[in-house]
Formats: sequence, C-alpha cells, structure tokens
Amino acid sequence: MTNFKTVTATVSAVALILGLATMPSLAAQTDITVGMQLEPPNLDPTGGAAAAIDEVVYANVFEGLTRFTADGEVVPALAESWDISEDGLTYTFHLRDGVTFHDGSSFDAEDVKFSIDRARAEDSTNAQKALFADIQSVEAVDAQTVKITLSQPNGLFLFNMAWGDAVIVAPETADTLATDPVGTGPFAFATWTKGDSVALEKYAEYWGEAPRLDKVTFKFIPDPTAAFAAVMAGDVDAYPNFPAPENLEQFKADPRFTVIVGSTEGETILAMNNKKAPLDDIKIRQAISHAIDRQAIIDGALFGYGTPIGTHFAPHNPDYVDLTGQSAHDPEMARKLLDEAGVSDLTLSLKLPPPAYARRGGEIIAAQLKEVGITAEITNVEWAQWLEDVFKAKNFDLTIVSHTEPMDIGIYARDDYYFQYADADFKAILEELNKTTDPANRSELLGKAQRKIADDAVNAYLFQLPRTGVANAKIMGLWPNAPTQANDMTAVYWVD
Amino acid sequence: MSAPPADRNAEGNFLGAALRHPAFIAGLVLTLLFVGAALLSYLWTPYDPTRLDIAAKLQTPTSGHWFGTDHFGRDIFSMLMVGARVSIAVAIIAVGIGVSLGVPLGLYAAAHRGSLLDEVVMRGNDLIFAFPSLLLAILITAVFGPGAVNAIIAIGIFNIPVFARLSRGAALSLWTREFVLAARVAGKGRARISVEHILPNLMNLLIVQGTIQFSLAVLAEAALAYVGLGAQPPLPSWGRMLADAQTFISLAPHLALFPGLAIVLTVLGLNLLGDGLRDLHDPRLRRART
Repeated sequence: MTNFKTVTATVSAVALILGLATMPSLAAQTDITVGMQLEPPNLDPTGGAAAAIDEVVYANVFEGLTRFTADGEVVPALAESWDISEDGLTYTFHLRDGVTFHDGSSFDAEDVKFSIDRARAEDSTNAQKALFADIQSVEAVDAQTVKITLSQPNGLFLFNMAWGDAVIVAPETADTLATDPVGTGPFAFATWTKGDSVALEKYAEYWGEAPRLDKVTFKFIPDPTAAFAAVMAGDVDAYPNFPAPENLEQFKADPRFTVIVGSTEGETILAMNNKKAPLDDIKIRQAISHAIDRQAIIDGALFGYGTPIGTHFAPHNPDYVDLTGQSAHDPEMARKLLDEAGVSDLTLSLKLPPPAYARRGGEIIAAQLKEVGITAEITNVEWAQWLEDVFKAKNFDLTIVSHTEPMDIGIYARDDYYFQYADADFKAILEELNKTTDPANRSELLGKAQRKIADDAVNAYLFQLPRTGVANAKIMGLWPNAPTQANDMTAVYWVD
Repeated sequence: MSAPPADRNAEGNFLGAALRHPAFIAGLVLTLLFVGAALLSYLWTPYDPTRLDIAAKLQTPTSGHWFGTDHFGRDIFSMLMVGARVSIAVAIIAVGIGVSLGVPLGLYAAAHRGSLLDEVVMRGNDLIFAFPSLLLAILITAVFGPGAVNAIIAIGIFNIPVFARLSRGAALSLWTREFVLAARVAGKGRARISVEHILPNLMNLLIVQGTIQFSLAVLAEAALAYVGLGAQPPLPSWGRMLADAQTFISLAPHLALFPGLAIVLTVLGLNLLGDGLRDLHDPRLRRART
C-alpha cells in the first residue's frame, strides 16, 4: 500500500511539473533571439568597419549625441538639444542629465570630448574618420555642455554624429570595448559565445524609457538554408535581414510568421572601371546601362523585392530624383551606341562577390549583355579577394556591389575610389554641397549631383537593396528599414 | 608480334561473357546515356541552356520543360546535357593527364627498381597521396583561380600517383616473367621492354582503373563546382546546379533532384562498368563463372 501511495504521489508530482512546464505563460515573453548572417569580428563600433558590429550594439548598447530613428530621421540621443551658430561653425550640445554607463560611472561632457577626440585622432582606428574630418576642436564647457567647432560648415554634421562610429564611450573602458563593450544604451553586454551568439541584458539604470525586453540574444547563422530551418523551428524569433528571398513566400504563407519588407541604404550598382579602356568611353558605359533590364534582375535575383534606381541615391530619400528613364532597357539603343563607339566583340571581366544579389544578378546581367553582343566573363570571388583585387588593385572591368552606407554619393568625388570616376565638375558640386546648410539649396545640389553621375553613366545603377526580414508574428517594433546598420531592440516587444 | 598472347584465345568469349554480366550491361548503358547526352548537346538541346526567362522560373516538369526550369527560368534538361559535356571533358583530360604522366613514371620506376629515381618518383607519389585529394584540388583552384581549366589540372594531378603506383606494381611482377627474361636475353633494353612487353600487358588493368578514375573525376568536378571552383557561369555545371538549388530545396526540390540524379547515375554507371571490365578481364573470375 505504501508503495502504491509513493507511486501515485510521484506520478502526480511529475504530472504537476509537466503541467506547469507546458502551461501557456500568462505574461508575454520578454526575451528574444535574433538571427544574423555574420558574426561581428569585435564589438567596438568605434574600432571596426564590419556592419555586424553595429547590427549588435547600435542603439542597444551604445548611443551617440544624435541617433537615427527607424525611418532614418536624426533625433537627439545623449544630447538633449543643441544650438548652431550663425556661421554654421559652432555646435553647442546640451547633454542629457542622469545618464550612466553600464559599469555605473556617470556620463558627462568629458566623455564626449574624449570619444570624439579619440575617433578623430591621428592614430585612431575608427573606420569612418571622414565623419570627423571637419571638426576643429571639442571643448567641454561644463559637465552638461559640449562645444564643437568645425573648420568649415558641414550640412551633414548632426547626421554624421548619429553614426555607430560616433558613439560615446568612457575613457576607463575604451580600450576593452572590442570584447567587453560598455555604453549608455538600454541593454548591457552580457556574454559572447564565439561562433554562436552574443547576449545582451536589460540595463536597469537606463536614462530613457525602459525597454520591454529583458534579454536579447543575437545568434549567427551564416548559411541561408540553416537560417531557414532555424526560423521554421523557432530557434530564432526574428531574422531581420534574411539572406534567401526565395524562402519568403513560404514564411508569408505561414501564419506563425510575418515577413517585413523594407529598404536599405544599399544602392546596388554594376560598377565600371572608368579609367580602363574601353570603359573610359562614355558611349560604351551608356550602352551597358541600356543593355540592362533592371526589373528582370530584381525579379530573378531578389524575387521581386527591390526598387529600380537610375542614379546613386536612395529612392526613399526626399531629395531622390528618378532618372531610371534615362537609362531604360533598350537593347537597340545599346547596339547603336556600341556601333558609334566602333567596337564589336567586346569581352569584359565581371567579378562577383558572394552575396546572392551579386552572384545571381551577375548571371542575369551577363545574359543581358550577351543580347547586345558583349561577353561578360564571370569570376566569382570571396570578399577578401574582392577587396584586394577589385577595390584596392582596381583590376576589373565590371563588378556588382551594394553601397550600404547612408548618403554616400560623395564616393564619386574620391580620386582613388575603385570605379575611378574622379570628375572635376562633380567634385565642385560636392564641395559646394558640403559648404551648404540651407535645406533648399542642398536639395538642389543633391539633384545636380545625381543628374551628373547619371549623365556620365559612371556606373549602371541597378536597384535599391531591399531589407527582407522574417519574424514571429507576435513580435512588434522591429525596424522595417535599415537607415543605418542596426537591429534596434529598444522598442521591440511580444504580444499574446 | 612482341606482346605475349596472354588471353588471346579468350577474346571470342569476351562478348558472350559481357552479355551475361548484368552489372556490366547496366554500367555500359548508363555510361553511353551520359556520353550520348553530352555528344548530342553539341548538335541539339531543347532550349539554349544559357538563355534566361525570368517569367518562367521555377517551373515543375512539364511537357515543355521535361525537367522543369531553374530560378532563372533556364531549362534544366538542356543544362544537364551541356553539364555532361563539361563533366566528360574535365574527366577525360584529367584522367588523360594521370595516365600520360603516371604510367611512364610507374614503368620507369619498375624498370629501375631500387634506383634513386624509383625512390624519388614513388616518394613524390606518396606526398601527393598524403593529401586528401579534394583538399589539394581546392588549394590549387584557390591559388590559380576558379575555372574549368584549373579544375582539370587539379584533378589531373591526383590521377598521376594512382596510375604511377598501379603500373609500377603490375610491371614489377611482369619483370619476373619468362617472356621478359627472353626479351632481355634477346638484348632488348629496359625502355624498349617496358614499351613493347610490359605496357601491352598492363592495358586491361589501365582500362579498368581508368574507368574508375573517370567516375572519381566526375565526382571531383562536381564537388569543385559545388564550392564554386569549377566551371564558371554561365557554363552549366552539375555541381553548381546543386549548389544553386540548395536554398530552393523546400520551394522547388526538382532543382536539386535532377542534377543530383545525373551525378549519382553517371558515377554509378562508370563504377559498374569499371567493375564489369575488371571481372571480364580477370581470367580467374571468368574461369570461376564458366
């Protein structure tokens, strides 16, 4: 009898435990696992160029004076407000009160001065030093006020300060940020399991509105097939930048998931080596632009996600000028231009980096070029090889790449940039733009710049890279677009 | 006639024995199918395998597209036919490299058994053998750049020690045979004996090994193409078709199914053919059967 009792007791205890375990939780979930394709090489946004760094820490762990919102607007962050002098040279930032770093130390004007001076220093390892190029001096007026003086007016200064590379760090922890990031954001760094994941935890002393999640885990799954399986199995709750657009239809059909389609700052171009014959002839570049059918590339390589562009500018930007008609798909015109240029049987190298948009897009472009009599010899290369061979050594005719930095039309003014445009007139437009702060004038100059590079057919402009993500349907608050490289978890929450 | 008539009287039985060997027949049929498709692709394919038709992408097999279309709307059947051509070309040349370099090395080593050169040749072979073959092939294509030509060279290099060892081993036993002794007594030199007496007696062995190496080369080409180091697009290649199909596996499984089947059946066919040839050429096995 005793035995029987014990057994029943055990059985009911087990049943109770099982019942508790399987009972639906009453409160909404407060932890999230976010899938990413690449693992960051380190976690210091002020000391590395990799997008994956910002995708983990931007707005979550680190904050700057200003920040980007989900739709790309620049809003106050650690600076509550600012005054700009008449001549546009002096910015006085009024810092937020009661801000602390995750190690408990307080945040003040000295930290700002330290961070900006560190980023713009001669020996700085900051990946975007150009952001700070116009800064002449940084002065901590008092604990809550910082005065930054520029050497020349820069209409983009507040925008520049919103970048992940311009976040504020503390002098005490600055040297160890790569493995132990300490910032002022709503989440503090918890653990990094190399090769697998980075975990963040809610920071209780956060100055702003407290996040609704307690724990965020970024899990790195490079293989698109494995990513698909991980999302399907619920191992990751969200994959904001899903690498295989072909699988999105399946997620769409599944009520457990939502598919989030937005845009990025990625102008995807067929870059041409402007200094290398025969591509130094504008007629040939125009012919290539006319040979390309953008919609076929978007449909074939990205399963219809993506917006055609006619110049190097994001279509969602209010200053965008739609110039796609100027280089519309017209094989007849392309052949005519090639005749005028006096070439036949043109063979060009086409080097393709690993992303699907480049590899698939490249095959489609090669077929389209074949229609007008240009042979594109495809070579698939890895990123390291692409950087070495194409970007640095400029040993290429054609390549496909997405330029994902926001507002990066300025690369066309760089002399040594890989597509080697270096046009004096364009540089003059950009120089004027940099000195202009008046919004209307800026708009006009930006339009001029866009038209200039489209008229010169510097590159063939293909499409704005979409951001296609997938998430559990119960997750709210994820950014649909990517105005900068970020996975901002501040406003993310689960609903029941 | 210098070569000894080892199996001459059995030649007549060869065809009869072959017809009674089902594995051999199956291998032969599969191989002929594969070679036939490759040859036919020079004259005719249902569609241009490089022509894209985005609107018709990912179609399942229909009467218009027998094996369906891929993610660019290309006809999979046509791509497989031209892909067979690439596989065969790579395999023939790669095995050719192995035979034309490996066999002379092996014969030379056997003829000068124990000499320094024998040691150098055989230890060199050990060196190549010590590397996993595919790893070294990847190394070669990574250094010299991806492409069909480099894939051929990479696979060819691996075939050299295979044939060198095989011919050395077999030649060594032949060197002890009476007809070789007779030739030596007749005053023939080592080189001449190797070419006139040893080589003809190695032929059966080389054909069998060649068939098996051929199937391994097809597999190696597919593997290199799969990791992006084989023939470059737009030239169709079975390995790359498989790689491209990977992310579509749940959406359009036929993209992976057909190139996968093509590789499996071809390699199976060549292996069966190789095994069959070995059985048919082996007098002991043949005697056991009859």
